[in-house]
Parts: sequence; structure tokens; C-alpha cells
Amino acid sequence: MFRSALRALTVFGVMAAAPALAPALAAGDHSQGTAALPHAHFHFEGIFGTFDRASAQRGFQVYKEVCSACHSMRLLSYRNLLELGLSEAEVRAIAATVTVNDGPNDEGQMFERPGRMSDRFRSPFANEAASRAANNGAAPPDLSVITKAREEGPHYLLALLTGYAEPPAGMAMGDGMNYNRYFPGNQIAMSAPLREEGQVEYADGTKATVEQMAMDVTNFLQWAAEPESEARKRMGVKWVLFLTILGGLAYATKRKIWANVPH
Amino acid sequence: MADHLAPAGAPHAAGEHAADGTTKRDFLILATGGFAAIAAGAMAWPFISSMNPARDVLALSTTEADIGAVPVGGALTLMWRGKPVFVRHRSPTEVEAAKTVDMGELRDPQADSARVKPGKAEWLVVIGVCTHLGCVPLGQKPTDPRGEFNGWFCPCHGSHYDTSGRIRKGPAPANLAVPTYAFTTDTQIKIG
Amino acid sequence: MSIGLHNSAFKNPVIRWVDSRLPIFSMMQNEYGTFPTPKNFNYFWNFGALAMINLMIMIATGIFLAMHYTPHVSMAFDSVERIMRDVNYGWLFRYVHANGASMFFIVVYIHIWRGMWYGSYKAPRELLWIIGVVIFLLMMATAFMGYVLPWGQMSFWGATVITNLFSAFPIVGDHIVTLLWGGFSVDNPTLNRFFSLHFLLPFVIFGVVFLHVAALHITGSNNPLGIDVKSPADTLPFHPYYTAKDSVGMVVYFIVFACLVFFAPNYLGDPANYIPANPMVTPTHIVPEWYFLPYYAILRAVPDKLGGVVLMFGSILVWFILPWLDTSPVRSMRFRPIAKWFLLLWGISFGVLMYCGGKPPEGIYVVLSRVATLYYFAWFLVILPVLGRLERPLPLPESIAKPVLRGGGPLPAGAMAKPMEKA
Repeated sequence: MFRSALRALTVFGVMAAAPALAPALAAGDHSQGTAALPHAHFHFEGIFGTFDRASAQRGFQVYKEVCSACHSMRLLSYRNLLELGLSEAEVRAIAATVTVNDGPNDEGQMFERPGRMSDRFRSPFANEAASRAANNGAAPPDLSVITKAREEGPHYLLALLTGYAEPPAGMAMGDGMNYNRYFPGNQIAMSAPLREEGQVEYADGTKATVEQMAMDVTNFLQWAAEPESEARKRMGVKWVLFLTILGGLAYATKRKIWANVPH
Repeated sequence: MADHLAPAGAPHAAGEHAADGTTKRDFLILATGGFAAIAAGAMAWPFISSMNPARDVLALSTTEADIGAVPVGGALTLMWRGKPVFVRHRSPTEVEAAKTVDMGELRDPQADSARVKPGKAEWLVVIGVCTHLGCVPLGQKPTDPRGEFNGWFCPCHGSHYDTSGRIRKGPAPANLAVPTYAFTTDTQIKIG
Repeated sequence: MSIGLHNSAFKNPVIRWVDSRLPIFSMMQNEYGTFPTPKNFNYFWNFGALAMINLMIMIATGIFLAMHYTPHVSMAFDSVERIMRDVNYGWLFRYVHANGASMFFIVVYIHIWRGMWYGSYKAPRELLWIIGVVIFLLMMATAFMGYVLPWGQMSFWGATVITNLFSAFPIVGDHIVTLLWGGFSVDNPTLNRFFSLHFLLPFVIFGVVFLHVAALHITGSNNPLGIDVKSPADTLPFHPYYTAKDSVGMVVYFIVFACLVFFAPNYLGDPANYIPANPMVTPTHIVPEWYFLPYYAILRAVPDKLGGVVLMFGSILVWFILPWLDTSPVRSMRFRPIAKWFLLLWGISFGVLMYCGGKPPEGIYVVLSRVATLYYFAWFLVILPVLGRLERPLPLPESIAKPVLRGGGPLPAGAMAKPMEKA
């Protein structure tokens, strides 16, 4: 009786699975010469994963001292750093180090003032044209949601930051381009941003190897892209558990109600 | 409710059961219904919460201003949380008038000293929103009518406020509210 | 309907007072309480109710998102991220709404498949089916315009490609495209009108869904056997039997939905849509959302611009005439030993098209797309009409109640298939 229905369901399952499989398969066909992403484990992965806050805080330091010279993070505000575990005094001090354009004042003039917690992260360039002009024609992308904006976001990012190497013999590199194993096409305009141990000095005494800095900044950027993810996953676990119980009850109720119907 | 809705003659499955089965089933239905109600409530809460101020709105809730340039008798209007804040540099006679009012005369009794910062009695800072229905009272510009008590006058429904921003006449129920503020220097205030 | 107060059967005086003047309680009672429903539904029959729930979820979350969204090219992307970061539970609304679209299509595709498998489109339910196809077209338009609103790269380029489809039509094509854009490219006027229409269409859908349900309640539901209801023994009152059964499906649906929203909210999305729209740079692989992939594959399977567009639209428009393409006397595939394999193959071709639609249009994918497209149309236009005349259906049961009472034993030899009466 149910066999044909089941069979129909199976077919539909296949149909539904095809698009789900498609991105996974698509992730495999990188363009020629681009290496497969190495496997890395992140603290934030999985249903119960949380951010490694110490690492993400160090990652913010890496962003501030290295990346922010070229990359904006215009969707974040300094106040967001409170959620990363920084104290209010620390965040105020960080915000106060930047100069923000404000205005117009009563005389109609724009003026500069020290940053406040409510200000967005200051962008290194006034606009995209300026960033393009200053960077050899390739505007550095905004990093606010970068891990959501790339396939395999954090894995790709970590691999990219540690994937710089000498170009293989015979490869013709474009002017001002750098070889990277994981960048699509292998030629990236950004020169290796993390190049030597001790490039930043961590306050907590962690040894700032290139791998460590790359991991830290990846943790930070993942947090920046999905600051809600811890609350989201916590809420999800509760909902799924609750719904499972409700499902059991609903099924038992249905069974009871249908008990007197022959079928 | 469900029982009321079932018209006479509608098939009523409960009647087809033995008494014990009915109890067990009723309990199940109650439990399921209870859980479903909790779920509905949990789903409704985010909708309500989302209409409250967002975090970026809350983060912008302070305003700073330099009031040093306001002459005695003059006034300054600032914007704070999307509303006007009246700053008045009161003359000694205005301060005196505010201080000597008999509390019995006030609809919303409050001493002038409770409405200004200690040692800064010449500065009155109030939210410029009439407590009746939210209009902005007149009295900030030199040419504005200031009402019968030389403070502010709300043209919408005729409320009169005195030099301490207290309601004296008209339909408004309460004094003009004093926002949370502090002097950061002698001439700088931070509201919020 | 006669003039005068409705004779209400309700005892509660307040309900009775209202009901005798406006019999909404009687109507609810008749349509959802005592409504006689075939007793042999399987869980496939949950999906109509699930689609209804899904529509309501989309409207509710959509209205609250609209309270915070700004339809302007320079602010749309940021306003969506502001919803995600600053609005209380904004991320929840945004992810429920975005994944709700996917859930809606999953539910509706299963609902349509159910209709195809059990012949729910056949007489006397042709109009019911046609109204359903209209709902599906409205859904597609709404989903497409909604995807434009976050103003990411895929939003922008999806809008550009889809609106450009209309330029394939001779003479009027370019004028239509300019009209759709309100400018010389997809730009702020386009975003604004898409927002307006994206807000409006769900309510239109709601109205058409009402007609869909009204038509259903005239003919009554089909059932897995595809035979007509013959006596009250074949039916059960909708409440509590199917309210209880629908509730089970609903909870399962919510669990799947919750897993998607809470644990993998961006799984079905495209990373490129987290890059703000840039009219100067097209992403390397532009693909629509997964639910549009089969039609996208059909479009690309044809090497001619107009031909591709016509076939793509035709792939859904052909559903309108499905009730007349199927010439078989029986509804349910359970009694069509040959046709069911061809229909399964059609389902697979749909899946193949979905797969190919997400692949670059080169090599094996083009070949696969073409074969699948060919079969997609062959099923409707050739196999279904011809097979209905050639195929000998299995014997139909006498009634819904009969085989059930016999415990599903062998059917009596006399219960041979006879042609359905046409309404």
C-alpha cells in the first residue's frame, strides 16, 4: 500500500538533495592549479561551537595593526567589541585613537573629533575609488562579512593567509601580482600580509607565528561576520529539543485519535 | 472554546471511546495543546521585541554640547534621541522666580533645586516636549511667547510652563522632563 | 443563499449572535470541522496545510523585516546587515524569511508532486490545479523580487539576467525591459518597484490561495486511491482526524526548518550575495537560487535566445493544460503500472535539470540538460497523452472503505477499472 508512496518520496528526496549536493560538488571544481583547501578545525564549528574569544581578541589586534591599513570593516562599530569580551574602558580607548569626520556644526562646517564607541570602524580610504587608486587598481574588499562572502569562508581565509609561496618555475606573473596556492587563478594583488613571526606583539604572551596570527584573525573575522551565531545555535538547540518533544506528543495524540479508525 | 464550537450532531469522536481511553486522550490533547501554546508564545516574543529600539539606536543615545556661548537670558535647543532639549541660561530674576514659588501652587510639585545641577542654578536643561500630547512648546527664541509664567508656552493646547519648566496652567499633567545629563566641564554638557 | 438570519447551531449566545448575522463560525465548522475528508490520506496530504503555514510565516516575518529595511541602492545592503546585527532578533527574522523561501519551495514542490502522482489535477479538479499553477507562478515572481532586495552581487546580477530574458521577444522586448527597470539598467527605480511588488504579491497569493481552498471544498479532496468518495463510510470529519495528522507533519516541518535556520542559515544561499552589488563586475558563476535551477537549465539547454526563453516559460505553462494532456481513465499512479515509471523518470529529469542548472554551461552538463529538457516536455506532450490510451490500468477498488475493511487483501476480480465520469 505504502510502497509506491515511499518510492515517490525517495525520488523527491533525490530531487531535493541534488541542489543540496550541488554546492558541495561545485566546491570541488576549483579552477586549474588552485590547491584544495587544507582541513582546519575551528572552535566555532558545530552545533555547540563557540568563539575562542582570546584568539578573536588577538585577531582584532592583527586586523587593527595589519589589515586595517587597507581593508575597511564598515559594518562594525567599536561598541561591537564589547561582545568580543573587551572592557568598556578598552573599547573607549580604541575608539578614541581614531579621528572621525562629523558635522555640520552650528557654523555649517564639518569638523574632526575623536571616535566614540557608537562610531563605525574607520575605513582606511574615503571611498572605493580612492582605495582602488591607492592599491594598484584592485580595491581591497571590505572584511565585515568576508567569511560569509566566500565559499568555505573561514577555511579559505586561513588557507589564503598562509598560502603565499614562490611562483612555480615558468609561471608568468602579472605586474605587482603575488603567487598564492589557494587564490583562484593563483595570482593575487595583495602581497603576503602576515610575513614574519612577531609581526604583532600579543599582550597575553602568545607566540605570534604566521599560523597563529592567521588563525586569530580568521577567528576574529568569523565573529565579525556572524556575531549572532552563538545565540543562534543556542536557541536552535532549545527549539529542536522542544519541537522533538512536541512532535512525540502530537504523534501520540494523532495515534490516539485515529485509534478507532481502521486503516 | 472548542466545546462551544461543536454544534449538536457533529461527529464527536470522544463519545465513541470507553471512559478510560477518553481520559488518556484528553490528557494527551491538553499536553500537546499546552506545548503548542508555549511554542506560539516563544514565536510571538521576537516579533514584539524587534519593535523596540535596535542596538545602534540605543548606542547613539548621548549628545554632547558646548553651552558656553549662550548669553544670560538666552537659550539653546539641542537634538537628543530625536527630540529637542531646551537649555536656558536663566537670569538671576528668573532663578529667583523659580525658587520662590509656593509648592502648593504647583500641579506637579518639585523644587527648582531638584531640577538643576548643584551650583549651576543658572542652567536649566529640560526636554522640550509638552507633557500633554507631545508638541514642542514655544519660548526658545526671543520673539516667542513665553506664556503667563515667563517660561514656555505650548501653542497646541495652551499649557504654560514657568522658568523652571514646571507646568502652571493648561491641560498638561506634568513638568517638562529633565533628562539625565552632566557637566563634563564648566561649559560642556553631556546628555544621556 | 436565502435572505434573513442564518439558523446557527451554536449554543454559546455570543457566538450564536455573531454567527446568525455573519455565519463565519458555521463556515469554519463546515469547512474545517465537520468537512468530510477521505479517510485514506497519507502524509503527502500534509503539504497543502504546510504551504499555508509557510505563507503566513513569510508574511509575518516579511512585514517585520520591512519595518527595518531601506529600499535604496546605497542603503539596502547595509540595512539588511543592520537587521542582522542591531535589530532585536533581526537575524532570526532575516534567516527565517530567507530560508522560509526555500522551505516554501520544498513544500510546494512536494505538494505539486503529490498532485501529479495521484492525479489530483484530473477532472473534476482541473480548475483547482490551474489555480495552483497560478499560485506557483506568483510565488516564483515574489521569490525572485525578494532575492533582489538585499542588493548583493547575486541580487543585482540575478535581476539583470532575469529581466533581460524579456529582451528576447522581438520588437517589444527592449521596451519591456526598459519598462521593468524604470531606467537604462537595474538601478534604484528597479529596487524600489521590486520592494513594492514583493510586499504586495504575498497578499495576492493569499487571495488566490483562498480561491484554491474554495475550489477544493467544492470538489472535495482527491485521495491516494484516486477514486471518488462513494459513501460517508469513506470519509472522516476533518477535525480532529486531519487536524491531528496535519499537526504531526507540521512539527516535523518545523524541526527541518529550525535546523536550517539555526544551524545552517546560509547553506542554501550563495556567498556572492554577501558582496554588495557592483554593476561593473559580474561574478564568475551566476546561478539563481536552487528552486529556479531546473528552469535555468532549460533556458541554457537551448542554443537560441528566444527559443530558450520560450521553452523556459513553456516548462511551467505546460502545467496549465496537464489535466487535458492526461488521457488515462484513472487518477492515481498506484493503478498505472507503466505510467508511474515514466512519471518517476520525469521526476528524475527534473532533478537532473536542477543539478545541471547549478553547473557551468559546458561539456557534459549541456548534454545532460538537453536530454532532460527533451524528456521533460516529451512526458507532458507525448508520453502522457499516448500512454493514457494504451495502458491497461490495474483494477480499482470498489470504494475507499472496502479494501481498508478487508485489511488490504487481494481486490475482487469484479472491481475492474472503468473510465472516470467527467464532470
